[in-house]
Amino acid sequence: MQDTLLEMRSITKTFPGVKALDDVSLKVRTGEIHAICGENGAGKSTLMKVLSGVYPAGSYDGEIHYDGQLAQFRNISDSEAKGIIIIHQELALVPLLSIAENLFLGNENAKGGVIDWRETNQRTEGLLRKVGLRDAPTTLVDKLGVGKQQLVEIAKALAKDVRLLILDEPTAALSESDSQALLDLMLELKAQGMTQIIISHKLNEVRRVADTVTVIRDGQSVSSFDAAEGITEDRIVRDMVGRSMENRYPSRNVTTGEMLMRVADWSVYHPEHDDRQVIRNVGFDVRAGEVVGIAGLMGSGRTELAMSIFGRSWGQNISGTVEMHGTPVDVSDVPRAINTGLAYVTEDRKGLGLILDDTITRNITLSNLPEVATGAVLSQHRETQVAEKYRRDLGIRTPGVFQKVVNLSGGNQQKVVLSKWLFAGPEVLILDEPTRGIDVGAKYEIYGLINDLAAAGKGVVMISSEMPELLGMCDRIYVMNEGAFVGEMPAAEASQERIMSLIVNE
Amino acid sequence: MSASDTTTTTKGVGSYLKAHLREYGLLFALIAIMAFFQIVTGGTLLKPINLTNLLLQNSYIVIMALGMLIVIVAGHIDLSVGSVMGFIGALAAVMVVNWDVSIGMTMLTCIVVGGIIGGAQGYWVAYWNIPSFIVTLAGMLVFRGLSLWLLEGQSVGPFPREFQVIATGFVPDILPGSDAFKGLFGTRNFNVLAFACGIIAAAWVVWSGLRQRAQNKAYGIEDEPSSFFYGRTAIIALALVFILYKLATFRGLPNVLLTMGVLTIVYAFITERTILGRRIYALGGNEKAAKLSGIKTERLTFLAFVNMGILAAIAGLVFAARLNTATPKAGFALELDVIAAVFIGGASMSGGVGKIVGAVVGAFLMGVLNNGMSIMGIGIDYQQMIKGLVLLAAVIFDVYNKKKG
Repeated sequence: MQDTLLEMRSITKTFPGVKALDDVSLKVRTGEIHAICGENGAGKSTLMKVLSGVYPAGSYDGEIHYDGQLAQFRNISDSEAKGIIIIHQELALVPLLSIAENLFLGNENAKGGVIDWRETNQRTEGLLRKVGLRDAPTTLVDKLGVGKQQLVEIAKALAKDVRLLILDEPTAALSESDSQALLDLMLELKAQGMTQIIISHKLNEVRRVADTVTVIRDGQSVSSFDAAEGITEDRIVRDMVGRSMENRYPSRNVTTGEMLMRVADWSVYHPEHDDRQVIRNVGFDVRAGEVVGIAGLMGSGRTELAMSIFGRSWGQNISGTVEMHGTPVDVSDVPRAINTGLAYVTEDRKGLGLILDDTITRNITLSNLPEVATGAVLSQHRETQVAEKYRRDLGIRTPGVFQKVVNLSGGNQQKVVLSKWLFAGPEVLILDEPTRGIDVGAKYEIYGLINDLAAAGKGVVMISSEMPELLGMCDRIYVMNEGAFVGEMPAAEASQERIMSLIVNE
Repeated sequence: MSASDTTTTTKGVGSYLKAHLREYGLLFALIAIMAFFQIVTGGTLLKPINLTNLLLQNSYIVIMALGMLIVIVAGHIDLSVGSVMGFIGALAAVMVVNWDVSIGMTMLTCIVVGGIIGGAQGYWVAYWNIPSFIVTLAGMLVFRGLSLWLLEGQSVGPFPREFQVIATGFVPDILPGSDAFKGLFGTRNFNVLAFACGIIAAAWVVWSGLRQRAQNKAYGIEDEPSSFFYGRTAIIALALVFILYKLATFRGLPNVLLTMGVLTIVYAFITERTILGRRIYALGGNEKAAKLSGIKTERLTFLAFVNMGILAAIAGLVFAARLNTATPKAGFALELDVIAAVFIGGASMSGGVGKIVGAVVGAFLMGVLNNGMSIMGIGIDYQQMIKGLVLLAAVIFDVYNKKKG
């Protein structure tokens, strides 16, 4: 058929302790739309970073052949000079500059440092027409919706003579109609001969636009098939999740007790865009001794749900009720939420969970200082005792509890965050991605801790992007997609295929 | 558990010094600068009268540095303190001199007004997320203007004797035996109370240091090497005895030294030993994490500014009493000296780091520089340049230290 534009052969990329990519191959033909599918953390983004030169030639094994030549990109400018352009999930536009200014940022139409605005605006108009936008080139990007901003990003790529356009989750933040417009544009660009790679979780979209699909799992390319062989969602899902389940989760005797917490009709709006409803009428409950999972893709609203419940720490115009032990409680700010027996272990350990420049001791006692004080005066002795207790109980590996947490490994930092919340004495803990970014050994320890908590009669709500983790740890799983719960099932009846199909069939 | 898990690692003296270079460096710099000026001024610096002056001259800077440290630790800045101080001085002058209000009532009103001013600025910073730099820059202009308006462009004074005492008075010697000491030391004056205070303060420094050290050992808390501890404690204790002895041979304990000393101890205690203090450091260290840990970050920020206003008011009273008049220019550019003192004292621009004692030492370091250079007859032009470079050097030292980790 067509000749090959890009071939990545046996790419292997290791980080200290982790093999992010293991012998991955990818072959993209000229003029096709090639979809890359895989779970979060499977290695898709790493592969694209290798391709674009973020990880320079020499820092990985394997070869990249582009346009018939061996390519060795040292940085992003190298790959962009060859026409490889990535549009990331997080848009990289400057909000307070105009569309025209953004399109030619770093690539200005200038003579001797003076910008030629007439040419800039003319060229912008031409590019905007290509992507189907009719806004004036002088419009500030800030004034555009996310969907239009995405199109501006594509126009920006076109301004750079792109030959291989890579779209990373382009529709993740878009509404249904904006998504359709974007997919139409992709097909139109293809008709003009543009080669494109799309990374997406939305398999219906993949099926619609892709000519070839490559599935990546656990850092390996597991399959590649084209439209002639038949692209079906079933096949993609099977390849995406088909890993073998080892005994990676400690076992636990489940004895669930009384109803601890029940959330009903929970709705939340975006803190900046008050017309955007992020959480839609969500309801769930947790019993004593139960581990409840919330499955869903990144961006499905899980963190927003948890943070809005925990003292309205996210969003606005929040409505719904929270009951503890059957009576409605006030969780309108964080101290009240803590008082009702809630704890929230954030997914953003460094940004929201810890005071990095402070000691382990001071981090652990922070959410319950009165417990280590007489009146208003802190007792250093009692603080130290508390810190030492959690260091022993949770196995925080450190030379001493007066070490700064910034010096600890990810797993030990996570144990410090957990210690802080255990010391606050909660009944229900919401754990948001509790094992993100920590190594396998530490993960197993965290799982053990979660089981201990459940055995001690606490209720645990576990949010995770890793489905095997949810299946291995939880008693019951809620499935979340686009701000709403789309399913609930006992873990015994759950499977990755079932959860995935609930998400993609939305 | 293995042995290495249960015993805290005992590091060498070198690595301890490296980790605490900043704190020792500050103390060492103060001593070195004092020694330098003592020599080049031919012993004038440490003369009892000059020492007394040094304390009086810097008292209002020190008082405001206490509040500024808290504001800066909380992650903010207050540029308005000089103007607020001037405004409060003007208010006091107008109340006492023009309106014949009683001194007690005036002082109370001034302190309350200071708190309200701080609150009025803190409100916008805390609850509206308006950068403190902007809010207090506005405040700086507003209160400068208000002072001018209140004083109608004139100087108002003098104050009655009882008001001046705030800044220029001395604590009367209530202890007997003055004559005996005069004979013993061969001096014309001897204030036994001042000397006794020096001895007591020195004894307290030694006792509390030893007690803390014993406790740390009992709880297994990592501590400074003993050579450092004894050296540092001895220097501080001897310095206290020496300074108070010098003061005793002049006129005794200045009232402002007492005010300053009490405030310093109270604020050091609050910041280092209480829940409130800990929460302020957490707020400055990582505001979002602090908030998610159940700390009411907005209220805390608000209170930091209220406190700053109150301390600026106290400083304003001291300053007006010392000058014995309120002028529209009082406090001009003083905020910069206060902020410089806090940064020289080791606070971090990004918040969460800094100590009360550091800020006080920083203020005196600047004070000794001012005083020493003035005695030497160095022009105000060079003085400004040197002070600027000292501030820059202190902060570069901080950053360099942190980078080396």
